[in-house]
Amino acid sequence: MIDERTARRLARRHAAERRFKLYGMASVAVALAFLVALLVTIVGKGYTAFAQTGIAVEVSFDAGPVKEGDFAGLVKSALAARFPEVTARNDKRELFGLISSGADRVLRDMVQDDPGLIGQRRVVTLLASDDVDMVFKGHVTAESGRLTARQAEWLASLRQTGAVSLGFNTTFFTAGDSREPELAGVGGAVVGSLFAMVVTLCLAFPLGVSTAVYLEEFAPKNRWTELIEVNINNLAAVPSIVFGLLGLALFLNFLNMPRSAPLVGGLVLTLMSLPVIIIASRAALKAVPPSIREAARGLGASRLQVVTHHVLPLAMPGILTGTIIATAHAIGETAPLLMIGMVAFIVDIPAGFLDPATVLPVQVYLWADSPERAFVERTSAAIMILLAFLAVMNLLAIVLRKKFERRW
Amino acid sequence: MNVASKPALDQATLDDRRLAKVSARDVDVFYGAKQALKSVSIDIRPNEVTALIGPSGCGKSTFLRCLNRMNDLIESCRVAGSIWLDGEDIYTSGLDPVQLRARVGMVFQKPNPFPKTIYDNVAYGPRIHGLARSRAELDEIVMTSLEKAGLIDEVKDRLQEQGTGLSGGQQQRLCIARAIAVSPEVILMDEPCSALDPIATAKVEELIDELRQRFTIVIVTHSMQQAARVSQRTGFFHLGELVECGETEQIFTNPRHKLTQGYITGRFG
Ligand SMILES: Nc1ncnc2c1ncn2[C@@H]1O[C@H](COP(=O)(O)OP(=O)(O)O)[C@@H](O)[C@H]1O
Ligand SMILES: [Mg+2]
Repeated sequence: MIDERTARRLARRHAAERRFKLYGMASVAVALAFLVALLVTIVGKGYTAFAQTGIAVEVSFDAGPVKEGDFAGLVKSALAARFPEVTARNDKRELFGLISSGADRVLRDMVQDDPGLIGQRRVVTLLASDDVDMVFKGHVTAESGRLTARQAEWLASLRQTGAVSLGFNTTFFTAGDSREPELAGVGGAVVGSLFAMVVTLCLAFPLGVSTAVYLEEFAPKNRWTELIEVNINNLAAVPSIVFGLLGLALFLNFLNMPRSAPLVGGLVLTLMSLPVIIIASRAALKAVPPSIREAARGLGASRLQVVTHHVLPLAMPGILTGTIIATAHAIGETAPLLMIGMVAFIVDIPAGFLDPATVLPVQVYLWADSPERAFVERTSAAIMILLAFLAVMNLLAIVLRKKFERRW
Repeated sequence: MNVASKPALDQATLDDRRLAKVSARDVDVFYGAKQALKSVSIDIRPNEVTALIGPSGCGKSTFLRCLNRMNDLIESCRVAGSIWLDGEDIYTSGLDPVQLRARVGMVFQKPNPFPKTIYDNVAYGPRIHGLARSRAELDEIVMTSLEKAGLIDEVKDRLQEQGTGLSGGQQQRLCIARAIAVSPEVILMDEPCSALDPIATAKVEELIDELRQRFTIVIVTHSMQQAARVSQRTGFFHLGELVECGETEQIFTNPRHKLTQGYITGRFG
């Protein structure tokens, strides 16, 4: 039998446990709510960037302008043919404003692919200007002032004939940055990010792992190694912009490396992620039970053999996880890269480690700063791509950990 | 204070050091400023099982680890005195401890197989010491080692399975197989049965008795029955000193020192 006091105490204990569980669930719910809100706003704002408005008009590929390479002229003639009533110079310029200034590229590509087109007429979907795009997607009204009254009229007439449509926005994935939102893409930034990541991985991983192995397995425990250890822990907590300043002073001003280069960006990110990788690797090495080391030493393995045959392979999943997380962190980093000039406006897609480039988070930063409405959705879309990048890397880390997890 | 009286020491050492497999003279061991062994002198005879007993913390493991220089790995540890293996000083600067450990193998208290296959566990030692010139030779070494360790019947169909998947007793015998695969001359065992159940213990003890034909064995144990069962000679340690050493039967039936007597009759431990 339970007496009354014991029963009361039990009841209190159970109540406390339930309360604690409730707090836990509430905090998880709050965190989830924030995450959902973040994703909903970003996806809600950004998904429309993956589609792009096009205007179908009949283009006649006249031999004259094609020979001269005047494909913009073809676009203009096509529009003029569609609206023959527009004759005045100023009116024409207004009319041409419906179409993106980069719309002629698609015509050039078509002729290059098939020279037999010359002298023929084809219906081609031309890239609409960002203002038309925004109106057609419903982000701004036709009366908002982005389009003139006449432009709105022309657009309405085009829509009536079904010439205006949304298509998949390949430009967004393949192009570099541009002043014109409809011509801007994350391609350059993605390539820049990849280059910087390759540099970071190739330098930070071997350096970090060998440092961790030396400190954990070989170094004597004395005042010096203690000092080094404390400093590494401190470095991991240094704000990233400080690493940017260090990179500016060291790589650009002292070593005269090129500005805005993914190589320098990667070097700066290496400096930044090294302490994190070292700490994670040391933790992974520490987690290998000493009995394994003793067993190998007892059989006559040298120190190096103990490390390379036993300790390192066993610690590798942990080391890889730490490295991937640190690299993912570096990929999302903006501040230090601003310091070394990766914030420049770069149209070309970098072809090498020394070409001027930008990276995804910096691209987000640049677009977020642009006034055009069309850049708002592109900012969100670029964030989505960055998040997808990070999600894939974290997933990789989890898969690696699960695959190589061991118990002993 | 020197608790070990002269007659006891005479039993511990031989008149002719050359007859001993392993010979220790005046071994002092310090962990930092703390002295763990005080002037230990003992001769370990070939093809015998020598048991080291004593209350915990008295320095048995420390002494054992001196014999294959495993104490080198502990930074604070300092060893003074002399230890010879076949008349060769193992603490001279010219001697490579890695080579020494191929001659003096070790089995630990807790079974510690590598998280590799059973085959690779046994093959590891021969591989790093280059003992096999071909795959067939390596197979041969692995099989005979497993056989000598009395494990072959239990694992011959699952050599490619993880060594860590075996039972505790099997793991310990795997560790013994791993140790004898490099053909050591001496095998050191530090409480090899303390993590095992009685049946597994009995198997390991049986094995130790067989291994005596080929190897010299030094075993640390906290079980006096085990010392009585498996060993020919027994040394009793107390507070870092070798109090008494002699034939096992004599130690257990007619101890000369009253500390030994107190310990084996269970008055302290
Ligand atoms: N790595 C070490 N560092 C410091 N002191 C140690 C270390 N290993 C053992 N000792 C000390 O040395 C003494 C003897 O230990 P040990 O040889 O393990 O005893 P036993 O094996 O007989 O129980 C103990 O007092 C122990 O605290
Ligand atoms: Mg011990």
